[in-house]
Amino acid sequence: MATTIADDLRPMHHPKTWVGKYVWSQDHKVIAIQYGVTAIAIGLVALVLSVLMRLQLGFPGLFPWIQPENYLQYVSMHGMIMVVYLLTALLLGGFGNYMIPLMIGARDMVFPFVNMLSYWIYLLSVLVLVSGFFVPGGPTGAGWTLYPPQAISEGTPGNQWGIVTMLGSLAIFIIAFTMGGLNYVTTVLQARTRGMTLMRMPLTVWGIFIASIMGLLAFPALFVAAIMMLLDHLLGSSFFMPAMMTMGQESNTQGGSPLLFQHLFWFFGHPEVYIVALPAFGIVSDLISVHARKNIFGYRMMVWAIVIIGGLSFLVWAHHMYVSGMNPYFGFFFATSTLIIAIPTAIKVYNWLLTLWRGDIHLRVPMLFAIAFLFTFIHGGLTGLFLGNVSVDVPLSDTFFVVGHFHMVMGVSPILVIFGAIYHWYPKITGRMWNETLGQVHFWVTFLGVYAVYLPMHYLGILGVPRRYYALGETSFIPESAHLANEAISVAAIIVFAAQFLFFYNMIWNLLRGPKADPNPWGAASLEWQTPQTPPGHGNWGPHLPTVYRWAYDYSVPHASRDFIPQNEPPSAEAPSEEAAL
Amino acid sequence: MRVAIAIVALVLGSIVFHLLSPWWQTPLASNWDSIDSALHITLVICAIAFISLNLFLALAIVRFRHRPGNRAHYAPENPRLERTLTFWTGLGIVGMLAPGLVAWGKYVDVPKDAAVVEAIGQQWQWTFRYPGPDGVLGTAGVQYMTPDNPFGVNPLDPFGRDDILVQGNELHLPKGKSVKLVLRSKDVLHDFYVPEFRAKMDLVPGLVTYFWMTPTTNGTFDILCAELCGVGHHEMRGTVVVEPRESFEAWLGQQESFNQLLAMSSPDAVTEMFRKANSCSTPATWGVR
Ligand code: HEM
Ligand SMILES: [Cu+2]
Ligand SMILES: [Cu+2]
Repeated sequence: MATTIADDLRPMHHPKTWVGKYVWSQDHKVIAIQYGVTAIAIGLVALVLSVLMRLQLGFPGLFPWIQPENYLQYVSMHGMIMVVYLLTALLLGGFGNYMIPLMIGARDMVFPFVNMLSYWIYLLSVLVLVSGFFVPGGPTGAGWTLYPPQAISEGTPGNQWGIVTMLGSLAIFIIAFTMGGLNYVTTVLQARTRGMTLMRMPLTVWGIFIASIMGLLAFPALFVAAIMMLLDHLLGSSFFMPAMMTMGQESNTQGGSPLLFQHLFWFFGHPEVYIVALPAFGIVSDLISVHARKNIFGYRMMVWAIVIIGGLSFLVWAHHMYVSGMNPYFGFFFATSTLIIAIPTAIKVYNWLLTLWRGDIHLRVPMLFAIAFLFTFIHGGLTGLFLGNVSVDVPLSDTFFVVGHFHMVMGVSPILVIFGAIYHWYPKITGRMWNETLGQVHFWVTFLGVYAVYLPMHYLGILGVPRRYYALGETSFIPESAHLANEAISVAAIIVFAAQFLFFYNMIWNLLRGPKADPNPWGAASLEWQTPQTPPGHGNWGPHLPTVYRWAYDYSVPHASRDFIPQNEPPSAEAPSEEAAL
Repeated sequence: MRVAIAIVALVLGSIVFHLLSPWWQTPLASNWDSIDSALHITLVICAIAFISLNLFLALAIVRFRHRPGNRAHYAPENPRLERTLTFWTGLGIVGMLAPGLVAWGKYVDVPKDAAVVEAIGQQWQWTFRYPGPDGVLGTAGVQYMTPDNPFGVNPLDPFGRDDILVQGNELHLPKGKSVKLVLRSKDVLHDFYVPEFRAKMDLVPGLVTYFWMTPTTNGTFDILCAELCGVGHHEMRGTVVVEPRESFEAWLGQQESFNQLLAMSSPDAVTEMFRKANSCSTPATWGVR
């Protein structure tokens, strides 16, 4: 087996052919890009679906080819793709793969072959998912939550084939994730270079590390739920199916529990929110610190907050089920545990803000996205307190308030971080620089646009507009003006959608034509910027692994000659080690 | 700099939007003012946090934006400050959790004298059942259902004979009387939601779920389904009419009871109902007494 920990370069298996280098590659950087490109490609499908939904909601009746079953299919595929196949895959498979070895000073993941398999199995899961659009009846329209019985009963689109491709694809995805996740965890634990203690790791690595552990614990719940539902559907078992009617006929199922599925789903589903959020938290900490030229405030507290949030998030799942018909007394426990999580989360927000305070803030595009994240995350975090607070959730659950909330907190916020991160690391990954003006325009339209999309949704929800509605139709309580809000939201959403093409143009054009980038354009201290080549070569570090002497946040150290000291610079009068101050 | 202005503008814009937008809660028509006040307390605490955190963000950007010659301050951590902030956050959390839990305590505590009414969901309509003079709903379940017994009331259960069955999508409730709404579904998940009542609860096939409330305003309100139940989900509407005791009684008197239904059904249909009930090996899952 290749050991990538030592300085010995012989077992590195340098690829000899183009195919070995870019297709069946075992290099974590190539795999990261494969993951990233695939995730963004399928994410584009989800984005188009969201525009179709907005067309229907903003201009009901204008698009006769959008029927209720289509709308539900768009909702379900959009939600699942965004959460699992885009965000999870991009943050862990993409950023995790690229950043972990570079940031901890390793040559590669510890299991490069498993890493490669992980990507190809992920690609298979995406293909199976997409096949849902082509099977008879189309993809499932059961909502991304896939609740039984309706997911496999008459009256729901895709209840014959679409649900099978969806559940199958999820099971395959989880296999892929498990291969990747084991790799990320083992690599962080085993392959750190000399001097890289756990408490010297950048927060990006901490976020991805804890998220991977959480994924390994949470995804199995979804896996068994998917398999059990497949058995119910294909073999006629009754895990989730009670005695019931379907379209006037008595079903031959009996004794199953729909609530059991909901518990399994949310035992996965809530940690999933943090599987997406923690890597984003980590990355944004690093963006803020680098571009504010200041160490992250309260590093140790930040690490512990990540760990505590990760742990507590396994104790709050039933806050999605306050009105599900479960024993209502659970509400007391889950409301309390949910609101307790707000404390470590709030600490993170304070520490980001205090990192900016007395900093030297360079308002470049990555930093703008980080600041936008702070704004949307504060907003989304606070609306979460409404929904966590049991009785307040009763009128709001299953309304557009929920749609506004979760988009703000786990849709928009991580996406803003991802944009910031791509702008931030693009020069290292490609060796080229993007265009500043295009980046600025992309930022402004996206930031202001998404707020215009999601702020009004909260108010529609407070009014009582339910989610997953194809059309509002006639009601006695919804004023005519609410339709105006829906139109305005749709227009804003289409503008945001269009602005993303500036981003793609900026990234793709400059990949080929962009000016050569400086190897460390932002003056960052963490290891990934200190590679001998840009982009980093196979094996990352040339003949010798770097040695680490300090944490990743030595910015603006008093008496130092520069305003940053790379992690691999030995202590000297020029570059004093301030870590002792901790 | 521009981004700091944008943050301030968004904060002010959100406040203005909040104050001026025509979209807010519908007028309350039930006893759940405790839910509303928990919501308002949560809103105030969250608004304070939203405004102060974002203004601090904007201020930091303005004051510490890069200018030539600037250098950041080096300050790894400040445990005292972090403890103080944790304390105030905890206080804010307790401030909103307490009224939230108190309201929930009432929500789960059904008054002893609450009248029982059953709402039944099926794709994609509502029907209702009242317990009749004996005040007790008879057992019911899909296993008793026949084309002529769409409610699935157990014909062998004497408590079910006087139950009043309402086929239309219209529920009537007397004003000022607490009701326990007992919910069951014939097929998939649904959710009984009347925005003006604030309350809602899922209907789960195989289970009987419930919530309670007291209607406080006469009027007609929409019942919406708030849990995805298939392609007709958005059209699964009903109405609830809240009216004075007398007109409620008058209306109820005109509805058909299960006994009347049995009397009007053909002998074959009745035989079929009893055959089905007698052949039931499983106990009724919907029974509530
Ligand atoms: C421009 C961007 C986006 C727009 C315009 C948009 C729009 C929508 C709309 C209209 C719905 C359906 C609302 C309903 O009828 O219930 C929806 C649902 C959803 N969206 Fe998005 N969305 C966007 C981005 C995202 C992102 C980035 C995520 C990632 C987390 C996301 C996750 C979801 C989820 C989980 C659902 C719920 C699906 C369900 O109800 O089963 N969306 N979105
Ligand atoms: Cu949750
Ligand atoms: Cu429904």
